[in-house]
Amino acid sequence: MTQPNSIEEQLDRQAPAVFIMPAVLIVLFFSIFPLIVSLFVALSRLKFVKGGIQAKFIGTLNFKKLLFGSQQYHFLGKFDQLTLFGYCLIGIFLMIVIFWLYKYLRSGHSSIAGTIGRLVVATGMFFLTLLTIINLTTPKGLPGTLVVTLIYVILGVIIQYIIGLGLAMLCVQNIKGRNFFRMVFFIPMMITPVGIAYLFRMLTDMTKGPFAPIIMWLGMEESSWAVIPWGARIAVMIGDAWQWIPFMFIVLLAGLESLSTEQKEAAVMDGAGKWQIFRDITWPTLLPVSVTIILIRLIEAFKIIDLPNVMTNGGPGIATESLSLHSYFNWRTMDLSGSAAVGYLLMVVAVFICLSFVNIVKNRVEIAQR
Amino acid sequence: MKFFKLITKRRSIEEPSILEGGLSYIVLGVWAFICIFPIYWVIVTSFKEPYVVNQGPFYIPFWDFQPSLHAWDFVFMQESMNTLRPFFNTVIISLISALITLLIGSMAGYALVRIHYRPKIISIAFFILLLALGTFLIVKFGLDWRVTVISASAIFLLFIFTLSRRFKASLGNNDIGFWMISQRILPPVVVVIPIYIFFQQLGMLDSYPAMIITYVAINIPIVVWLMRDFFFSIPIDLEENAALDGASRYRIFTTIVLPLAKPGLSATFMLVLILCWNEYLLSLFISLTDTQTLPIMIASMNTTRGPQWWYMSVIIILMIIPVILIAMFLYRFIIRGLLVGAIKG
Repeated sequence: MTQPNSIEEQLDRQAPAVFIMPAVLIVLFFSIFPLIVSLFVALSRLKFVKGGIQAKFIGTLNFKKLLFGSQQYHFLGKFDQLTLFGYCLIGIFLMIVIFWLYKYLRSGHSSIAGTIGRLVVATGMFFLTLLTIINLTTPKGLPGTLVVTLIYVILGVIIQYIIGLGLAMLCVQNIKGRNFFRMVFFIPMMITPVGIAYLFRMLTDMTKGPFAPIIMWLGMEESSWAVIPWGARIAVMIGDAWQWIPFMFIVLLAGLESLSTEQKEAAVMDGAGKWQIFRDITWPTLLPVSVTIILIRLIEAFKIIDLPNVMTNGGPGIATESLSLHSYFNWRTMDLSGSAAVGYLLMVVAVFICLSFVNIVKNRVEIAQR
Repeated sequence: MKFFKLITKRRSIEEPSILEGGLSYIVLGVWAFICIFPIYWVIVTSFKEPYVVNQGPFYIPFWDFQPSLHAWDFVFMQESMNTLRPFFNTVIISLISALITLLIGSMAGYALVRIHYRPKIISIAFFILLLALGTFLIVKFGLDWRVTVISASAIFLLFIFTLSRRFKASLGNNDIGFWMISQRILPPVVVVIPIYIFFQQLGMLDSYPAMIITYVAINIPIVVWLMRDFFFSIPIDLEENAALDGASRYRIFTTIVLPLAKPGLSATFMLVLILCWNEYLLSLFISLTDTQTLPIMIASMNTTRGPQWWYMSVIIILMIIPVILIAMFLYRFIIRGLLVGAIKG
């Protein structure tokens, strides 16, 4: 056997490693390693000195500042005494949670691990709900970046899903031009969010935008959505929805198209109404796909930064500032540790909500499908 | 009454009645208008002179205002605007990083389908332990990072070839695939600060390699996930025959597998290209001036010049037209790529 041949053979024996190692190493180096470094950064105070960075280990001080200290208003928002309405909402929430746990414990297939997991989820959800209610329903309460992000994620994804589903249901009927609609609806998804932010700023300009005559006719040309907290938040959410409804639409349409018509016809023969067909045939088929796309959107929605940054710059005040934007603002003022701390808290919340969703909703749907 | 019956009568289960069909068309038409109108408006605005914009809304060129190339001329001819540099930066960075991502990602995707890996849990745990320990030592005691990296890798290699053989528990290919895709849950702001510090230490901030490798790292999980599904659908017989004839794995991969996976490759490439083209957050942290990309440039125009809608429209068009063209021609492929993740989930 000649020498070059043996080198080739050597190489071939190493092929499994050669194929997968580049990807594994890059992912390791650019997400696992940074994740660990980020934790250290968040636990220390960084200073830029000549020729490098000086780090001083200070423990959980950065997190304490965000949760209880001088940055609390920014991260958690402002608190106030709960109103009667707030107490009612919390009561309703607690009742739902207790009923849910009770049902699980009585279901017969409960386990200790499952119970503990559900208790953890219930506790986390309780604190997030409590925070949201305190921030939003009390007279002096103001939402911080955490609750603003939750509004974007939860409210935004629900709205996008409902509109996307409605459009897909309309489009799946036997009407002409389905492909045309599919292509047109697809366009917004491909546009960069920064571009969308400017598009919407142009469109909502009160005096020079295309809807100025309507606004003038309503007599609102002196007001602006940008100075009202909820106006600005809704504007950001509309931009996000404009981009992501197409995604919901396309996936749900594909799901609806895979539905067989025979089942439907049989149901009509049996005298089923439209609502019954939707509830008993369409909805169960769509459920797995729906859960998956909602999960994908939940994951992506937590990362929202470009729309609020460009449309409103986080304003008025901090009304539209998402957690990613909060982290970026901290970084811009050279507070690297504060930035990393916010990023870590964002990750904890995002992973908590996504994992809860997977464990509570997705797995249950998948078991039910089997 | 007869008329009402006529328009509400369903012709078949799939076919809506005239009334329902009409209403559906109206709703879908309104939504199509909502999708298209912003883009129409930005195109129209780019042909307006500043005074036209300031006078209020005008909708149709030649009919209620006289279009001009003023803004286009300014963006392309004026040196001070310096638009073309971010544009070419974006083109170069997204093309190169999409190509590299595709290559590395499809290799890994192929390997996950055809080769069985059994990474030992104990080795992974030991690796993470070493990583955390090394980072801690560097941050807390200011150890030289080169010394730490070399000694840690030496210890790790020693461990792999000696102690780790005693442990049997291992993971499979699906675990590796899931681990890759789970990287998407990490918010980029968590990982971008260490990457920023890292490149700053190397003096590589604001350079092409730094931008490209970061983009590659962020997009690899998607490519691996998508290409894995495409490779699943390729029949294994051809490869087995080639292997019997004595072809190496590399030859099989380059001459048989890649040509067969062309549709999947092109769709994934386009998807990654669009993701890189639109990337905002990473560029915001890592690029300064030399490698600034278009999204950053658009975002910063606001603060420096105020809302000069006519110039911004031109730049937004430059930004979105390539993507829309790709999307129009390849939307079937891209949709298929999107559905792979969602439908199989």
